[in-house]
Amino acid sequence: TTPALKTVQTEHAAPQLYTTLHRRKCSSVSTPRITTHYTIHSRDKDSRWEGIEMERFADEADVVIVGGGPAGLSAAIRLKQLANEHEKELRVCLVEKASQIGAHTLSGACLEPTALSELFPDWKERGAPMNTPVTEDVFSILTEKHRIPVPILPGLPMRNHGNYIVRLGNFVHWLGEQAEELGVELYPGYAAAEVLFHEDGSVKGIATNDVGIAKDGSPKDVFERGMELHAKVTLFGEGCHGHLAKQLYKQFNLRENCEPQTYAIGLKEVWVIDEKKWRPGRVEHSVGWPLNRNTYGGSFLYHLNEGEPLVALGFVVGLDYTNPYLSPFREFQRWKHHPSVAPTLEGGSRIAYGARALNEGGIQSIPKLTFPGGLLIGCSPGFMNVPKIKGTHTAMKSGMLAAEAIFPKVTAEGLDSETTGLHVPEYAEALKNSWVWKELHSVRNIRPSFHNYFGLYGGMIYTGVFYWIFRGKEPWTLKHAGLDANQLKPAKECTPIEYPKPDGKISFDLLSSVALSGTNHEGDQPPHLTLKNDSVPVERNLAIYDGPEQRFCPAGVYEYVPLETGDGMRLQINAQNCVHCKTCDIKDPSQNINWVVPEGGGGPAYNGM
Amino acid sequence: MSGRVLVGVKRVIDYAVKIRVKPDKSSVVTDGVKHSMNPFCEIAVEEAVKMKEKKLIKEVVAVSCGPQQAQETIRTALAMGADRGIHVEVTGKDYETLGPLQISKIMAALAKKEEAQLIILGKQAIDDDCNQTGQMTAALLDWPQGTFASEVSLEGDKIKVVREVDGGLETIKINIPAVITADLRLNTPRYATLPNIMKAKKKKIANMKPADLGVDITSRLEVLRVDEPPQRQAGVKVETVEDLVSKLKEAGLV
Repeated sequence: TTPALKTVQTEHAAPQLYTTLHRRKCSSVSTPRITTHYTIHSRDKDSRWEGIEMERFADEADVVIVGGGPAGLSAAIRLKQLANEHEKELRVCLVEKASQIGAHTLSGACLEPTALSELFPDWKERGAPMNTPVTEDVFSILTEKHRIPVPILPGLPMRNHGNYIVRLGNFVHWLGEQAEELGVELYPGYAAAEVLFHEDGSVKGIATNDVGIAKDGSPKDVFERGMELHAKVTLFGEGCHGHLAKQLYKQFNLRENCEPQTYAIGLKEVWVIDEKKWRPGRVEHSVGWPLNRNTYGGSFLYHLNEGEPLVALGFVVGLDYTNPYLSPFREFQRWKHHPSVAPTLEGGSRIAYGARALNEGGIQSIPKLTFPGGLLIGCSPGFMNVPKIKGTHTAMKSGMLAAEAIFPKVTAEGLDSETTGLHVPEYAEALKNSWVWKELHSVRNIRPSFHNYFGLYGGMIYTGVFYWIFRGKEPWTLKHAGLDANQLKPAKECTPIEYPKPDGKISFDLLSSVALSGTNHEGDQPPHLTLKNDSVPVERNLAIYDGPEQRFCPAGVYEYVPLETGDGMRLQINAQNCVHCKTCDIKDPSQNINWVVPEGGGGPAYNGM
Repeated sequence: MSGRVLVGVKRVIDYAVKIRVKPDKSSVVTDGVKHSMNPFCEIAVEEAVKMKEKKLIKEVVAVSCGPQQAQETIRTALAMGADRGIHVEVTGKDYETLGPLQISKIMAALAKKEEAQLIILGKQAIDDDCNQTGQMTAALLDWPQGTFASEVSLEGDKIKVVREVDGGLETIKINIPAVITADLRLNTPRYATLPNIMKAKKKKIANMKPADLGVDITSRLEVLRVDEPPQRQAGVKVETVEDLVSKLKEAGLV
């Protein structure tokens, strides 16, 4: 290896250091320009933007919520419930990047109705789409050809008695309807692109995305600035690995006393199956094959009860995997061929596909939740109960607690805050005293317990002993392994994985899957997968790790293609395919990819995922 | 001269969504599926709003026929610059059988009621690809029509329309009142920005039923069956020309 490569390998040095050295050595091949987004190439010095009107229209609300998912909507609903109870006026505005509420929602999911019953005790009468109570719960360890059943004893975290299989997208859509009825102003199709600050550094609100910028970064005739929404306090509920949250962590140093968040990617499909194979209410989970014992992950298969014989199935892979040749998408496709899974799907047809990253860090990775002018709710800071694989109930509860904490402050006569943007540390206090914290505390050691020589099996033994018997009361807290992005081993130390070809009946190729997600974006806009440095992908990701982004992206956004002139490769970013899963921002070993929000309305068109 | 333009906007399944036929083969699944304004209708709205901005006309009225959700489509048109909306409520089975003939009857009735000078429609909807509503509306009103318009200019009491036809471009001059249907290259529609969506909430949308306009929407068509297009069969590769000829002979093609 050249001295330049060694520097990077030993120090995980910042890419800038690497390219400075590298330029001195061989810069005859210039990297074609990939990134044109204004967050990387400022418009202030760009001559094409001279004379363009950049003033933004601004509006005031009491509370602005970023993200129309379970957390954001629960917070909005709770705020309006309190406002009606106390007969106070409260303007609550919620912005959501999807074109309709629920279109970017993707989850298994087995919903624990605890938070829902607190929010709407009469949820059944209100027509909440909770049609499938869990009737059967099956857990297995798979080997290549066999299935080893594992009894789900009462007390184990993955027991689903009392829970409901839901199509979370439909549930979120229903929450949106309840919110609108209560008077929340919902604005789907408008993405929060920028955080705004008061002069004292507190958060003032957000600005929505600009529209009408061409792919090369120049303004089109239809260019229009986004709008500013100012609020006394802003709630950020962007879901797992939000892009504004990423900025806020840096701005307010929110992660100084917690571990880095660790993640997994979840891929999901919905199938219409043969009626004879349909067992509504049945929940199946598995671990083991096709993953090896040191790669965290597993599968789910839920039989829905909504008229048609539908199953929701999917595969989760921990993003701390070490082999850059691993493709979560292809692991998912080959898992479906397992003798315990394929018969259910035979004769059926696939009607939906999607993917999303999810949190696995638990309590160890929760950052500081409040800062002047804002709070973090839901999967953004991350309240997922990993062994239960449930985060919706805790996300909803965090939204509700946020609403209860900020309500007295936003309706108070005088401004009870040192900063112009309200600081509400009461929210973090309330969360720490709630069942969310107790629950997350009791399962805190399960995920990190997988980091041992026996991997999966060590973890299961730990869970059996310390969770099932001791209920998580052991006095120690295990640590995670560090940033997911740093876990990849160089390609030359790993073996490529031989994946079977898709058969077109049970397993499928990537592009036809992406088409099923209904994802689309305005083509003529700067790619929203921005690179801090355009030359790092070929010089580092491809050179050392054989371009893992080609494999971990569940939508085929990243492709290494030969250069048109001469030899060598370049990275091609097919931004239109993006399904907003955030895996690339998480797993890029160079941490060079910065996902920002594209024009609102773009992205997947999930229907009841 | 009322200076009023009616623009028809249709709520259709978004073009990027993969559609699915219902198990009973009666139609396509629409529940929960992402919908948006028909792209040609967006172009129609843009053209009308441009005319208003140039002070050539006074008022743009957006019309949509369908269930409650059609109001979202009208709001988008209002956010693009239309002044008010008319929602003709059609639901359930009636909506499933609603087609160009009924819509054109509704549009014709509205044109008379609102004393419209101009009706601008998209050339066709991307779900049924009928390309009939504009033409039928013009016929019912006995108005001239400028269809597949790629350029429209008002010249006094006439309109010059450049039409995209198979042979190229055809320029015609027609009297006002008239029906125009918008083709792709007529303009680039503006975005419905958030401040305009907020302002659009204050604009009025009138509600009515087809019966209020004296229109009978019973369909004269019955859809027997909807099927997906047949799966494309795999091709066969042959090694030599002899193989190719023998395969063609087998298929009875030579």
